[in-house]
Amino acid sequence: MCLALPARVVELHDDAMATVSLEGVRKRISLALVDDIVIGDFVLIHVGYALHKVSPDEAERTLAMMAEAGVLAGEIEEMAS
Amino acid sequence: MKYVTEYRDAGLAKTVAGAIVREADAGRQYHFMEFCGGHTHAIFRYGVQDLMPKNVHFVHGPGCPVCVLPVNRIDDAVELAERHGVILCSYGDMMRVPGTKQRSLIRAKADGADIRLVYSTLDALKIARENPDRQVVFFAIGFETTTPPSAVALKMAKAEGLANFTLFCNHVLTPPAIGHILESPEVRELGVVKIDGFLGPSHVSSVIGSDPYAWFAEEFRKPVVIAGFEPLDVMQSTLMLIRQVNEGRHEVENEYTRVVTRQGNLKAQTLVAEVFELRQSFEWRGLGTVPYSALRIREAFAEFDAEKRFALTPKQAREVKSCECPSILRGVKKPTDCKLFGTTCTPENPIGSCMVSSEGACAAYWTYGRFRDGQPRVAEAAE
Amino acid sequence: MNEPGHPRAPGRAIDMTHGAGGKAGEQLIGSIFRKHFSNPFLDQGDDGAALGEVAGRLVMTTDGHVVAPLFFPGGDIGRLAVAGTVNDLAVMGAVPRFLTASFILEEGFPIDDLERIVISMAATAREAGAQIVAGDTKVVERGKADGVFIALTGLGVAPDAVAPSGSKARPGDAILVSGTMGDHGVAILSKRENLDFETEIVSDCQPLADLAQAMFAVVPGIRVMRDPTRGGLAATLNEIAHQSGVGMALIEAEIPIDPGVAAACELLGLDPLNIANEGKLLAICSAEDAERLLDAMRRHPRGRRAAIIGRVVEDRALLVTMRTAFGGSRVVDWIAGEQLPRIC
Repeated sequence: MCLALPARVVELHDDAMATVSLEGVRKRISLALVDDIVIGDFVLIHVGYALHKVSPDEAERTLAMMAEAGVLAGEIEEMAS
Repeated sequence: MKYVTEYRDAGLAKTVAGAIVREADAGRQYHFMEFCGGHTHAIFRYGVQDLMPKNVHFVHGPGCPVCVLPVNRIDDAVELAERHGVILCSYGDMMRVPGTKQRSLIRAKADGADIRLVYSTLDALKIARENPDRQVVFFAIGFETTTPPSAVALKMAKAEGLANFTLFCNHVLTPPAIGHILESPEVRELGVVKIDGFLGPSHVSSVIGSDPYAWFAEEFRKPVVIAGFEPLDVMQSTLMLIRQVNEGRHEVENEYTRVVTRQGNLKAQTLVAEVFELRQSFEWRGLGTVPYSALRIREAFAEFDAEKRFALTPKQAREVKSCECPSILRGVKKPTDCKLFGTTCTPENPIGSCMVSSEGACAAYWTYGRFRDGQPRVAEAAE
Repeated sequence: MNEPGHPRAPGRAIDMTHGAGGKAGEQLIGSIFRKHFSNPFLDQGDDGAALGEVAGRLVMTTDGHVVAPLFFPGGDIGRLAVAGTVNDLAVMGAVPRFLTASFILEEGFPIDDLERIVISMAATAREAGAQIVAGDTKVVERGKADGVFIALTGLGVAPDAVAPSGSKARPGDAILVSGTMGDHGVAILSKRENLDFETEIVSDCQPLADLAQAMFAVVPGIRVMRDPTRGGLAATLNEIAHQSGVGMALIEAEIPIDPGVAAACELLGLDPLNIANEGKLLAICSAEDAERLLDAMRRHPRGRRAAIIGRVVEDRALLVTMRTAFGGSRVVDWIAGEQLPRIC
């Protein structure tokens, strides 16, 4: 379930609506489920609603963790050999 | 696509795959249930299994709302459209799901019922505003992710006094379903289903947070790692599960920190609590009756409850007997164990619900992975 | 019966008299169809077009066209109809020569819209080097059609040396496409009610006879040529796999897809490989010819983003499989019925 995609907020409208953009594809979505969204934020879009703000810091941290997984394993291998 | 493409990177995939190969104990088998259809879909669509060692197995769970909706609720929706003359608004996913005697919304539509495909509850409200003389019913399905948008729609309908709009509520809850699987005799006593840990829901968790899973980790001594829906998320989370198993830990860990916090989306939770309340029990296709596993509309919003506005006839739903969907949804059987799989039941002519939704285990096996069973052959493209 | 009046007056719409075989119909034909399609064969004004002698192997095709909306980014039903018919001839190796067009018009359809469509058809036919030599118009009551339906028949001539067929793919052959996949389908979807999103994506709808000719000129022995329309690349490759009794092995990273198309597909839960194209060619040729063919495609303005996307393999199961960009593998299946946007 639950197809959802991160997209960037490019315009804020009345009635808690906003326009988001994903590779130039623009869609009007509702911000009724989130607070304190500003232009430039990335939000997770599901069935026309922003479900949650995406944290850029955490996104980076996760990628770093993935990269480290290999380094760590590599070091272990080195130690073993 | 920022925050998407990075998590599909082939280079990083090799890095994580290397770590998994090194850290997975060759002397043991790892069985991880991915609860969500979104994970099932990602595993098959990107070929994640090809990057995994042979002793790491994915057990496909029931987290596909289309798949778990019981036949009689589909029959109810068909009845609403056909006999009560309403405009029935539905997400695209539900259109081809067969009800009793293989009757689906798309067939009812072909026979003249007014069924509209919508992308959002906002579209259903718009249709209701544009057709004040017609009853408009939104066929609400889905887990905690899809429930808040339904709550918003009901609040808007009430605020506007949109008297011709109702919602047919079929929202279900994830934690009770996971609990039900863990408590089932196949897992607890018989050991038919081996589960060493869970890939926890992604977008459901963005709403409910990671805290609700603490109880499973504790009670059933199974690790849970909340995992994003991109293929690298699945791999990294699998690595985290392997580490927990190797170290004898059973904790809730969160790989999908970019959108999942411990508490989740409190605003959405508050809205849902205002509009919906627990049902004492609800029938799940495959799991049977699960207590406190679904939501219904609160009394304060009763005027927008399709089940109250329309007198639906009680149904004696009939499942196709040889269809193994119920066992497949519990992880007891694999799609290829079903006699109907790929013979009478195909995506063109789905008999069971798992073949309908592209997130259903059968559809994923058939559409993306059917070269895996029988003689294994990997696509050796002209490289 | 109402006075036919002036069919081209602003705001005028098609009514039942336009199809009744009387003066109104004749005026419509004169003021719109004959005016824009004019050529010596059509201008004969007879019940059929006498084409005279045509040298070469004849190739004939027919194609009905319905689309909603009738006007979409990058095209309209008129351009779609002509391009679609011409392309069916082009992939057979034929030079398109003559077209006939049959219109089913719904009562109330704006005559200005009809003229826009007809102008677009005429322009597309000229672009493809073909002439519309005969036509027919029928009018049905309001509610019995969706604005306008257009059916075309096309006649072309192919040299003897060129005889591609879906049954000729052999293991080892290379698979090529002439450009990005899924543009047309996404452009149409973006305008569908309740799905509407804004995008710069335009339909790729175009006649491809010149590109096809340029390809056959370089590699006359192209084994298979198709235009991957409904069902997209996935459906076309599966059809060929079954016709030829082979499998296909694709490389996802090599398949050209516009980032906007990819994004729209992600949003709707669709696969670009299942989405229709109306201006792209798929070709299968021997491995030795592949680079030369690719080069010829890329040098043509309609094939700039051409790519070799995989190869034909031996496979008794006749599957189309793909090495994913992520590094795994999967089947590329044909779609089950209509592509429905997915949310869960």
